[in-house]
Amino acid sequence: MPSKKISLTINGEAVEADVEARMLLIHFLREQLNITGPHIGCETSHCGACTVDLDGKSVKACTIFAVQADGGELLTVEGLANGAELHPLQEGFFQCHGLQCSFCTPGMLTRAYRLLQDNPNPSDEEIRMGLSGNLCRCTGYQNIVKAVRYAADKINQAEGAN
Amino acid sequence: MTPGVFEYHRPNKVEDVLALLAEFGDDGKVLAGGHSLVPMMKLRLAEPAHIIDINAIASLRGIREEEGMIVIGAATTQAEIMGSDLLNEKCRILPDAAALIADPQVRNCGTIGGNCANGDPGNDDPAIMLALNASYTLQNQAGQRQIAAREFYEAVYTTALAEDELLTEIHVPAPAKGTGMSYQKIKRKVGDYAIAAAAVTLSMSAGQCTDAAVALTNVGDTALLSLEAAEAIKGSAVDARAIDRAADAAMADCEPVEDMRGTVEYRTAMVGEMTRRAIAEALSRVAGS
Repeated sequence: MPSKKISLTINGEAVEADVEARMLLIHFLREQLNITGPHIGCETSHCGACTVDLDGKSVKACTIFAVQADGGELLTVEGLANGAELHPLQEGFFQCHGLQCSFCTPGMLTRAYRLLQDNPNPSDEEIRMGLSGNLCRCTGYQNIVKAVRYAADKINQAEGAN
Repeated sequence: MTPGVFEYHRPNKVEDVLALLAEFGDDGKVLAGGHSLVPMMKLRLAEPAHIIDINAIASLRGIREEEGMIVIGAATTQAEIMGSDLLNEKCRILPDAAALIADPQVRNCGTIGGNCANGDPGNDDPAIMLALNASYTLQNQAGQRQIAAREFYEAVYTTALAEDELLTEIHVPAPAKGTGMSYQKIKRKVGDYAIAAAAVTLSMSAGQCTDAAVALTNVGDTALLSLEAAEAIKGSAVDARAIDRAADAAMADCEPVEDMRGTVEYRTAMVGEMTRRAIAEALSRVAGS
């Protein structure tokens, strides 16, 4: 089997590994590194449960090969909290009931993180379009939009206070 | 779903891509955004022995204007198309359409070159390139050639691109002042391919349409240029009657099949409606463009 050595940064930590060329990024994370926050949902790049942040962009880890992440900087949902302190998005999903079964939540959080980095004060419409690559079959999305709004307001208030 | 075994190549230069394509022929596949190719590989509908990843090649990305031509690198992503000031100012149909393709994550990967070159009739950019009368730069080891988009598409997944060729650039004639353009797409949900879509460009002078093009997405084996629809509005004031004639012509030209996106009758009717809407919006944009 042709394999390749890759090195990348995952949630701030340097990682080196040998991967088979055909190994998808989501399998590399979950099976080789035991980073199981990103979920495998549809496996067809529709549902967004596998969303991770690669070099400052949201991508679906089920449709990228691990070798393509060589040299990259990767963030998964595991990298959002600061120790025991939840990220404002995680707090927002908790406070606003932005999840029920929670299967989609890691992807929602990781995608919403990049959305707020790119657009710190999105309208509800922009939140909905920004999360349009992430499917939730429980909530009907209303509370997810509220949760992202909650996080945006909290982050903006904290920055306004500084 | 894991693809079959392949050898991975990540060249840094176009010349190296061309050498690999020459060496591997049909066994080699170019990986750009990968969001059409990788799903096919997962289903084992594609099992290339060699993957040639072009994402490390900076010269294949970017958007510039030179000598009346907007030149777009083939590996420019749809997200970059949406964010381009140059395109939003001078050729907004491309960023408008990009926003209707898939979703944010997919647009971060998917490229305009892949959309144009892979030959899927569901792709949105080919019809737009037909309407804009764009051309494609194809390179192989022997050199390069420029081919009109209007001569590129042959059948489903069949184009003029040879096995040893790489699409490197897309050349779009910079729209003249007095040109309006619009892409109208109806789909079942965000991210879906079109039930039907229409790309329209038109130019007005002294209240008369001096030039027009109408092209259709996902209602034939390839994107379709409807010459009759364009003729119906050329020379007119683009009033309601001319728009209706154009819509009728587009419906006569389209060849949709019945599938999960609708019956032939429904999709044909939507071709008419998307054509009407695209002409009306293109007209409304003439003054400002």
